[in-house]
Amino acid sequence: MNTVTPIAASYLDSLLTGQPRPAVSPSAWLNTLRAAAVERVGVLTVPTTRDEEWRFTDISLPTKMSFHPVRAAINLQAADVERFYIAEAATRLVFVDGVYASQLFNIATDGVEVTNLAAGFAAHAAHLGQHVEFQNNVFAVLNTAFLHDGALVIVPRNVSVATPIHLLFIATQAEAVSYPRCLLLAKSGSAATVIEDYVSLQDEAYFTNAVTEIALADNARVNHVRVQRESMRAFHIANCAVSVAHAGRYQSVSVTLGARISRYDLNVLQAAEGAECAIDGLALITDRQLGDSHTCIDHAKPHGVSRQLHKCIVGGAAHAVFNGKIMVRPGAQRTDSSQSSRNLLLSDKAHVDTKPQLEIFADDVKCAHGATVGQLEGEEVFYLKSRGLSDATARNLLTYAFGAEVIDPIPVASLRHRLEQTVLAQTKRQP
Amino acid sequence: MILQDSKTLLEVRGLCATVNGIEILKGIDLTVKSGEVHAIMGPNGSGKSTFAKALAGHAAYEITGGTVVFEGKNLFELAPEERARAGVFLAFQYPIEIAGVANSQFLRLTYNTVQAQRGKDELDPLEFDDFVREKMKLLEMNPDFLDRSVNEGFSGGEKKRNEILQMALLNPRLAILDETDSGLDIDALRIVSQGVNHLAKKDNAILLVTHYQRLLNYIVPDYVHVMEAGRIIKTGGKELALELEERGYDWVGAEHKAETRVAA
Repeated sequence: MNTVTPIAASYLDSLLTGQPRPAVSPSAWLNTLRAAAVERVGVLTVPTTRDEEWRFTDISLPTKMSFHPVRAAINLQAADVERFYIAEAATRLVFVDGVYASQLFNIATDGVEVTNLAAGFAAHAAHLGQHVEFQNNVFAVLNTAFLHDGALVIVPRNVSVATPIHLLFIATQAEAVSYPRCLLLAKSGSAATVIEDYVSLQDEAYFTNAVTEIALADNARVNHVRVQRESMRAFHIANCAVSVAHAGRYQSVSVTLGARISRYDLNVLQAAEGAECAIDGLALITDRQLGDSHTCIDHAKPHGVSRQLHKCIVGGAAHAVFNGKIMVRPGAQRTDSSQSSRNLLLSDKAHVDTKPQLEIFADDVKCAHGATVGQLEGEEVFYLKSRGLSDATARNLLTYAFGAEVIDPIPVASLRHRLEQTVLAQTKRQP
Repeated sequence: MILQDSKTLLEVRGLCATVNGIEILKGIDLTVKSGEVHAIMGPNGSGKSTFAKALAGHAAYEITGGTVVFEGKNLFELAPEERARAGVFLAFQYPIEIAGVANSQFLRLTYNTVQAQRGKDELDPLEFDDFVREKMKLLEMNPDFLDRSVNEGFSGGEKKRNEILQMALLNPRLAILDETDSGLDIDALRIVSQGVNHLAKKDNAILLVTHYQRLLNYIVPDYVHVMEAGRIIKTGGKELALELEERGYDWVGAEHKAETRVAA
C-alpha cells in the first residue's frame, strides 16, 4: 500500500537555485555554515516512503507545489495578532513568515536575554547547527542554507525566569516557505518556560520548515511547550534537537493541531549523568490531515530518567504516525525510562501507525513501554448516557478527557485553557 | 414504605433479554409503586445485574420479549439518556473512571442537562458549588472530591458515595442500586445507606440489587424478591432476607421446583 512517488531530483535544486538566498553576511562563520549546508543539499534527496524513517509519511504532495521565501514581511500591527498573545508571557518574539517583526516584540526585564538571532548571532555561533542532526536531515540542512534570522534565548547561570517566553511564528502568505530557527541556551542552574507557537492568519497552503536547538547546561531546567496550529492547508516540517547535561531536566509538551501534512522530529540527547526528560505529545487531527511525530531519547550516560506519553486523537480520514525510539547506550546503567503511546480513533477511516522502538545496550536498566489503539469504550459512553448526557455529549466529553491528560500539565494557565477549548471545539465537530 | 393508593412507577411483564445470543432474563414480572423499596436478591449468575442494566438501557442486553412500562411510558422506546432524564437512575456496581474530567465539571454537566430536560433552572458554577457541597455533607464526602478526576483513584467506598451523590443531584423517580454494598467497609456501608434512606421519598422508589442481606439491615426493604436463572421465583417481606442469610439460596430453588411440579 506504500505507493512511492519518485521525487524529481530537481526539486531541491529549484528550492535552492530558483530562490533568492540570504544576502552574504558580514559574519564569515555564517557564510561558511550556509555554504556547507548548500553543499550538503546537493548530496541529499527528499525522503520518500521507501526510507524507513518516512515509510508512513508521504511528502510528495508539497514537492509538487512551488513555494518561495518571503523577503518583505507584511507589516503587521499588534491589533492583527493580539489574539495569539499569551497573557502570562511578559517576553515575546514575533516572526512573520519567518521574518523578525521588531514592532511586535515585547520584553520583560527578568534577567533573560531574548533577541533575534541576527542581533545576537556571533556570540553563540558555536551552538548553531551543532545539536540538530545536520549531515543527513535534508530539511534541517535546507533550513540552515537559508539561515538569516531566528529566535535566540539565553537564560544566564542560576537565573530562574518567572514568566514564560513566547516565540510566535505567524504565517500570512500563500505559497511562502519560511525557515524558522530557534536557539535556546539554558546556562547552569537556570530555569525557564518557553512556548514555541506556530499560527496562521489565513487558511492558505504554505510551507514551514523549522529547526530548534536547545542546550541545557548542568542542573538547568527547561519547560518547552510547542503548539503547532498552522493552517489546515499548510505543510509543517520541524526538527528539534535537545542536549541535556548533568542533572538537567527537559520537559516538553508538543501539541499538533494544524497543517495538512506535519512532521515533527524531536531528538533528546541525555549527554551526562542524571539527565532527565519528560516529553509528552498530543496530536488532534481530522479530515485528511497527516500528523507524524518522530522522537528519540538517547540515554548516553548512566542514571538518566525519561518519561513519555504520546496521544493521538484521529478523526475523519486523518492519519497519525508516532515513532518513539528509546536508545540506551552501552554503559548507560540505571537508566529509568517509560514510554506510552495511546491512540483514539474517532471514525472508521481514521488511521494510526505507532511504533515504539527500544534499542538497549546496557543490562541494568528499567525500560517500560506500551501502545494502545482503540475507540471510545462502550461502558464509558453508557455510564455518561445513564446520567442523562446525549450520545454526542458523552463522546465529546470522553474525547476531551483523553486529550486533557496531555494538556493539563502545561504550566501556563491561559494557554492550557485555550488548548482545552480547542480540543473541545474540535471534538465537537467530529461526526 | 408501602402506601395506600400509591401510583405504579414500574411495571415489568415477562421480560426476556439475551447477551451475545444467550438468554439471561427468562420472563421477569415485577411491579414497583411509588414510596416502595424493593430488594432483588439471588445467587451469582441469576441475572440480577443484567436486569438492572437492561432497565437502564445498556446496549449489550437485547430485549427479546416482554414489556416494561415506566410512569405510563414504554421504557424500551427511550434511549438510555432519555430514561435518565425521565427519572431512571442506575448506581453502577463498577463506576467508570474518567481521567481528565473534574468531578465538579461532570456533576454540573449531568445535573444541568437533566434539569434543562425537565424544564427546570440550570445552575452556574458558583451556585452549583454551594448546592453540591450541601449534598456531599449527606454522604460525609470531602469537598476535595470535586476537584479530582471523576472516580479516578477513588477507593471502592468513595466511588459508591459518588454514585449516591449523583442520585441525590439527579433526583430520580426510580433508583436502581446495583450491588452498591459490594466493596464497602462497615462505616462506608452505614454512610451510603443513610444517604439512600434520606433520599427515599413518598414519590420515588428504590430497587436494590444485592447478593447479601447485610445492606438490608440499613436500608429496610418493603419487598424481597429472589431471582434464579433469569426469573423471580419467590417474593416476600423483609424477613425473607433474614431467612436467606440463614439458609442460603438453595432451598428457595428447591421449593420453587416443587411448586412448579404441583402446579403442572
